Amino acid sequence: MFHFSNITRSKGDPKIVEGGSSLKQPSDQLARALGWFSIGLGIVEFFAPRRVTETLGMEGHETMVRAFGVREILAGVMSLSVDKNAGLWARVGGDGLDAAALLSGLTPDNPKKGNIALALLMVGGIAVLDYRAAQDTKPQRPGPNARRKLYPNRSGFPKGLQAAKDRAKEMIQHATAGVTS
Amino acid sequence: MKALVWHGKEDIRCDTVSDPEIQDPRDAIIKVTSCAICGSDLHLFHNFIPGMMPGDIMGHETMGEVVEVGSGVDGKLKKGDRIVVPFTIICGECDQCKRGNFSVCETTNRKKYLADKVFGHSTAGLFGYTHLTGGYPGGQAEYLRVPFADATHIKVPAGIPDEQLLFLSDIFPTGWQAAVQCDIVPTDTVAIWGCGPVGQMAIRSAILLGANQVIAIDCLPERLSMAEAAGATTINFENESVLERLKELTDGKGPEKCIDCVGMESHVMASLPDTLLDRAKQMVMLESDRPHVLREMIYVCRPGGIISVPGVYSGFSDKLPMGAFMNKGLTMRTGQTHVNRWTDDLLRRIEQGEIDPSFVITHTVPLEQGPEMYQVFRDKRDSCVKVVLKP
Ligand SMILES: NC(=O)c1ccc[n+]([C@@H]2O[C@H](COP(=O)([O-])OP(=O)(O)OC[C@H]3O[C@@H](n4cnc5c(N)ncnc54)[C@H](O)[C@@H]3O)[C@@H](O)[C@H]2O)c1
Ligand SMILES: [Zn+2]
Ligand SMILES: [Zn+2]
Repeated sequence: MFHFSNITRSKGDPKIVEGGSSLKQPSDQLARALGWFSIGLGIVEFFAPRRVTETLGMEGHETMVRAFGVREILAGVMSLSVDKNAGLWARVGGDGLDAAALLSGLTPDNPKKGNIALALLMVGGIAVLDYRAAQDTKPQRPGPNARRKLYPNRSGFPKGLQAAKDRAKEMIQHATAGVTS
Repeated sequence: MKALVWHGKEDIRCDTVSDPEIQDPRDAIIKVTSCAICGSDLHLFHNFIPGMMPGDIMGHETMGEVVEVGSGVDGKLKKGDRIVVPFTIICGECDQCKRGNFSVCETTNRKKYLADKVFGHSTAGLFGYTHLTGGYPGGQAEYLRVPFADATHIKVPAGIPDEQLLFLSDIFPTGWQAAVQCDIVPTDTVAIWGCGPVGQMAIRSAILLGANQVIAIDCLPERLSMAEAAGATTINFENESVLERLKELTDGKGPEKCIDCVGMESHVMASLPDTLLDRAKQMVMLESDRPHVLREMIYVCRPGGIISVPGVYSGFSDKLPMGAFMNKGLTMRTGQTHVNRWTDDLLRRIEQGEIDPSFVITHTVPLEQGPEMYQVFRDKRDSCVKVVLKP
């Protein structure tokens, strides 16, 4: 099988012959996809807020869209990091803010109502994915009340702690007496 | 052969790879009998240290039996010898090696140009530790090529189990050097941040070097209990204030000696706001390290004291209180460990039963389970302190 990484190996170093399985879960891939989506959307919102407000018939709210863009980018970066779970929860919260902002624009006199309804639908769909990914990537670190083994007998000093301390004293006395042991 | 291979952030797999070959007359090849996962490997697992490439073999704590030697090994090693492999690759001949500064050997980094650019000067080649240090395949594998093998080895006798010897490769001399760098005198209080494997070794070393009081700081009860077993007084930083407790324990004066066995991935906690800020900056690449422990040490250390830093930092740290550091007249000593500088003495101490480093092992599993064990060790699941892998 061809393994791309082998191209960069120094001559003579071991090369991959057969790849083993990865422990990455589908939820990790989903988190990654959502992270990149978040960054992409954030860039659009930040650099072209006018396009967004026009599409939604919400002109005048460019500053808010820009701010939302920054939020999307940060949540995206976090979702791509080792702290993806925090990033995904930030996205779930952000979805709520998005929905609230869209609802505020859903007034009878908005000629782009249809677009807003569509956008709301999309936010709803994405929110479901965000929520699922956040649930499935829960950190595995045991909580403060988890059951733990304790190691009170592992001093590492086969002759006991006191013997180790005595030995240290001995060494220091030797050293200060100018004698090498 | 089977080997644990880095494929990206949080993606280490047990792949089948081609066997290593002798590439240079000074090479040797060993059949690995035991290897371990190190806290430093977690920085790579998280992709916090630049310079990893998919396909790199992990691992720098390895021992085994010599199965092949190059023509230039000059009788220093022969087939059948049992050796522990120091994680720093050394030539034994350059100016730095001659001074015993093995981790900054001038010869062994085969990708010097990278390190020269990033750090100003190249340091020694390291096994399984990014292309900045040579991109050498690591020892979490069935076989390992040891470059400069005539110098890069620690010969160990038969009759002592692997478990007692393996940590001569890294964490035992690392904890030892961290303590030696403190110039401990019998009245000293030594405070040690981090009770992972390196912290545990530093605690034992401080005791063997005659410290009056050793204080160990962490938030994991199982690791604190292991620290207490060696006579340390413990502080759980999740439940109590490190600064207040350290003051209490030193009559308000602060510890004379402080050791950072945590490094760049200090625990992030809402009650330590600087860690939150560091983490945020790390994500957007405004800072590479989370130096909470360095800040705390500088603040709490007794004036005139020594700060020893075995914990790994990778790039740039913000908001270090240089004012306090300078005005208090502190000294900082750091470095990757000069493994071979200490191993003769440490091997003798193991042989004489002064210390048995195997106390730190909590998990021993076949190499194939390595990828899962990276997660277990990282998440501190199952009260895990140190993982040994058996190929
Ligand atoms: N200098 C060297 O040659 C060398 C060699 C080996 C390891 N290291 C480095 O030493 C460090 C520790 O290695 P390890 O194997 O023990 O890793 P580890 O991850 O098992 O241990 C780190 C410990 O620090 C604790 N910790 C986190 N934040 C803390 C805080 N604010 N205060 C106190 N404790 C805190 C964690 O709970 C954990 O128990 C790593 O940075 C590793 O890269 C350096
Ligand atoms: Zn290490
Ligand atoms: Zn050298």
